[in-house]
Amino acid sequence: MSASKIQVEARLWLAQRLSAFVLALGVIIHLVTIVYAVRGGLSASEVVDRVGGNLGWSLFYGIFVVAVAVHAPIGLRAILNEMTSLTSRRVDLLCFIAATFLVVTGLRTVLAFHHLRVG
Amino acid sequence: MREENLIVSVWRGDGEQGEYVDYRVPREESQTVLDVVTYIQRKIDPTLSYRFSCRVGMCGSCAMTVNGKPRWTCRTHVSKVAPDGKLSVGPLRIMNVVKDLSVEMSDFFEKWVRAEGRFHPTKTRYDDFDAIKPADNKRKIASAGIECIGCGICYSGCDVVAWKAEYLGPAALNRAWTLVNDVRDGGQIARLNAIAGDAGCHACHSQQGCVENCPKHLNPTASIAGLKRVTAFAALKGGLK
Repeated sequence: MSASKIQVEARLWLAQRLSAFVLALGVIIHLVTIVYAVRGGLSASEVVDRVGGNLGWSLFYGIFVVAVAVHAPIGLRAILNEMTSLTSRRVDLLCFIAATFLVVTGLRTVLAFHHLRVG
Repeated sequence: MREENLIVSVWRGDGEQGEYVDYRVPREESQTVLDVVTYIQRKIDPTLSYRFSCRVGMCGSCAMTVNGKPRWTCRTHVSKVAPDGKLSVGPLRIMNVVKDLSVEMSDFFEKWVRAEGRFHPTKTRYDDFDAIKPADNKRKIASAGIECIGCGICYSGCDVVAWKAEYLGPAALNRAWTLVNDVRDGGQIARLNAIAGDAGCHACHSQQGCVENCPKHLNPTASIAGLKRVTAFAALKGGLK
């Protein structure tokens, strides 16, 4: 293994651990909020009415999306490297595409939700 | 104790060709799997090859696959692993078979060398001894992994080693971790560079097959997790080359 690749592996491991910490915290907040907010059913329009346009929630889910986009492709990279015969360059490219896809589609959704308000 | 026989299937052959051959061995009280194998060699078929030395769980040379699991045969009682009187004894998996139950362990020990599993002294004979307190935190971490007997059981039980031949494996990495926590050692940078990466500690999936099988009840998975932490911080500081 080339010298710089060792650096990359160690840093990716740290990035995956830190993003896992953010995700664990995020999932707990997400689930607790759902349990707390649902009182005899909750419609989409009610959700948008309560949190749509709220900067705090938009930031929270924005961070969540970034954490997913960091965490998932690193795991995918390990799986592809171990389970397929793809070269490591191809795997890195695929995982970079996966990360870009997650961050773009995720942040687009969060932004759209932020601008959505029920009148 | 009433007289009864064990039915023992023993691997005969090398890694390429061979088969399990059944033997009948008289059941004895407090009988170990090594006793059974020794009986077969001494009383039934003297051409059976196997390896052992101390017979008391210190040397780590008698490891074999017993009823599908890697075990130290000298400390494995037949009553615990074969209550139905049927025993299967094969060579350790992953390692190449020399003959019958003897395996080639060169790869296993070369990986210890590759993992910088040797002590790098920092003092000469003219210096004083380092005063290391047993209660010192780093010493306690090193002591937790130091009792490895090099039997190869964790290595044989590790699925990552099975599908990734270049992976250093739990024993070599556990050894490296004990030295990372040895304050007297001067080879830390070289060691961290040797054990980082996808053939080193970062390949471990934390499945804990090594912990499950280690006859000395060590925890190589925890040692490898420690190496992942230390290498990550070294990478941040630019300590990895």
